[in-house]
Amino acid sequence: MTDESAALRERITAAIKAQTKTNVNVLSSLHAVLDEIGYIPDAAIEEVADFTDTTINEVWGVASFYTNFRFTPPGDNIVEICWGPTCHLLGAPDILRAALDALGLEDEGETADNAVSLKYNTCLGACSQAPVMMVNHRLAGRVTAESALRRIADARSGGNSGGGH
Amino acid sequence: MPAYEELKAQADARWDELTGGAAAWIRVGSAMCAQAVGAFDVRDRLADEIAARGADANLDEVGCLGICYAEPLVDVVAPGKWGGSRLFFGGVSPDDAPAILDAALTGELPPSGGPQPLGYLGDTAIDGVPNLADLPGIRMQQRIALRNAGHTAPSDILQYIANGGYAGLHKALFELQPDEVIKEVTDSGLRGRGGAAFPTGVKWSFMTRSSPPKYILCNCEEGDPGAYNDKGILESDPYTLLEGMCIAGYATGATNGFVFVRHGHDGPISRAERAIEQAYEYGLLGKNILNSDFDFDIEVALTGESYVAGEETALMEAIEGHRSQPRFRPPFPAAFGVWGKPSTINNVKSLSYAPEIIAKGAEWFSSIGVNRSSGTAIVCLNGKVNYPGLYEVPMGLTLGQVVNDIGGGVVGGKRLKMLQTGGPLGGVLGADSLGVHIDFDEMREAGAIFGSGGVIVIDEDTCAVDITRNLVAFTQYESCGKCFPCRLGMEQLLEVVDRVVKFDSRAGDLDLMRSIGRTMEAGSLCGHGQLGFGPIRSALQHFEDDFLAHIERRECPTGGCLRPAISPNNTRPYAMDAPAPQRAQSARPAAAAAAGGGV
Repeated sequence: MTDESAALRERITAAIKAQTKTNVNVLSSLHAVLDEIGYIPDAAIEEVADFTDTTINEVWGVASFYTNFRFTPPGDNIVEICWGPTCHLLGAPDILRAALDALGLEDEGETADNAVSLKYNTCLGACSQAPVMMVNHRLAGRVTAESALRRIADARSGGNSGGGH
Repeated sequence: MPAYEELKAQADARWDELTGGAAAWIRVGSAMCAQAVGAFDVRDRLADEIAARGADANLDEVGCLGICYAEPLVDVVAPGKWGGSRLFFGGVSPDDAPAILDAALTGELPPSGGPQPLGYLGDTAIDGVPNLADLPGIRMQQRIALRNAGHTAPSDILQYIANGGYAGLHKALFELQPDEVIKEVTDSGLRGRGGAAFPTGVKWSFMTRSSPPKYILCNCEEGDPGAYNDKGILESDPYTLLEGMCIAGYATGATNGFVFVRHGHDGPISRAERAIEQAYEYGLLGKNILNSDFDFDIEVALTGESYVAGEETALMEAIEGHRSQPRFRPPFPAAFGVWGKPSTINNVKSLSYAPEIIAKGAEWFSSIGVNRSSGTAIVCLNGKVNYPGLYEVPMGLTLGQVVNDIGGGVVGGKRLKMLQTGGPLGGVLGADSLGVHIDFDEMREAGAIFGSGGVIVIDEDTCAVDITRNLVAFTQYESCGKCFPCRLGMEQLLEVVDRVVKFDSRAGDLDLMRSIGRTMEAGSLCGHGQLGFGPIRSALQHFEDDFLAHIERRECPTGGCLRPAISPNNTRPYAMDAPAPQRAQSARPAAAAAAGGGV
């Protein structure tokens, strides 16, 4: 085991063991790993199975089911764009098209330089401000293709990606 | 443990200090609707400004007043001025912070050129400022579950108690037997607000004969695109939910509750966690609540991203940490629920009504609303409407009153084409539906449901096939994959709708969809598949012409569907074929483009 993978495994076990709820299980443990590391490394599947006294198959079954889990490191910035019906009506297709083109992507995923992960979202919960996107966990509403690209560019350059018009 | 009277006195003192003390009080709307338009930047600038001046001002984040379109909203109470009325500013930007703080400290309106007030709320009129209560979006609301939203801080339990919080639980614990609480809720006519509209009191009564441990599960999964009222309650006033869960626990003999929220909805989660923590501090959760012999514990449980997790048996699977796939019923949750123990699952809204129903009585609640739909409707009004928002209105208003009077009509003076209600599976109504009353039964008869309260306004420029495709793509993406009628049926339906959108349909496609729909309805395990054909059925009922134009004339009457249709193409059923993690570096299932959701 390399130092790097040993360190990763240590972070995983620490995150799993730090859970304080009474209801600790496969799903909660996977969320603990996701919050700490940003994705589910192979080692986490094993550690969660071990911690919850279940099988790797069971853990993998849960992890592969929920779409918020990913299995490779995300890009440096996470951009989510909503395609729910309200956002769709108010211009999400144009925003998605512009984002894909600007990022050089065909579909959800990471840019070649791994600076951005683009993710489609079914509903970000702020439909009254549609169309909505989220950049590094900050919501932004009333987005246009132009303002979306600006937010993505700001995030890439390490700038403020907060809400607002 | 402090007694209720002790807490109430402490809370009243705090409230008097906030509303009538020497310090100014500034409240910033900061629910998700406000966050999305920069409320946190406004809050931060106000905090900086207060700190820089050493100003004597309290700053609170509050929830949603309902008029989301005017966010970010900031209101100020100036000490000794305006008789305690609140001066509101709408569409605030961070640069407005200094002028707003000036107004709060001096009680003078900002000079022209500065931010201008939207209105005031309170008993004393403020010269030259309109009364916000005259605004249809405020005036036509009657708020019960959201009574504190936008008024009290979701992080301060004393503000909740000062405004009548925990009076209901106190009454239940000390004046009523559990069966009397159930009777009160049953008599109130409260029906479940999660979508099925089942009488809440009757649901609770199923639990009474079984022995503990028993569970109260609060469903805040709320995956419905176009709905945000559950998250709105959690963010705006989590205490009313916690109190409602305690009342449900007392009534049913349950000892534990779970608030079930989707991972990633940070605002609702952190506010619920904070509220639970405070409730324990004040003896309003845990052992001997309010000095009674009633014990109750509540914890937040997070689900992953999965729409079907909102189905009641799937929800229990997720709480246990498994895939959120529905179970066979019977046995029903009241007999065999989470961990095989008796469980009751209620929606956030249903539980949030309970405190006021107990405090004010069944008769009061049932006097609001119409027919068999008592109480209020919490409408998430959005789409192509001028004033989108979160409006709690009495049941029985017409859809026209909501869309036109409150919502200000369709954007740009366009004609209304349809309303999509009750979540993606709920269905659509035509423009002739504005006379339909918001009444569970009347909406169902009209061919849609009120469901969880989403009302999406769709204008004449929108293609019915295009919006149907969006709803079908969502439903297909969210099929959990457990039963084949839904798993395969949704995929086939999407394929056919896609063909229609792309002017590539084949003879008999409409009949094919109907046939698939019948199979899904008859054979699916849960509501997701049983109702999965709903969006297409109701679209065909009202807008068959749009479909026929695509099929027979290969043209779209609106031009609205020619935009690129992008939606995810990796769906859960394919995740089953994923390679084992040890063997795969990138374990994400290969993109299965079968849905044909091409760009």
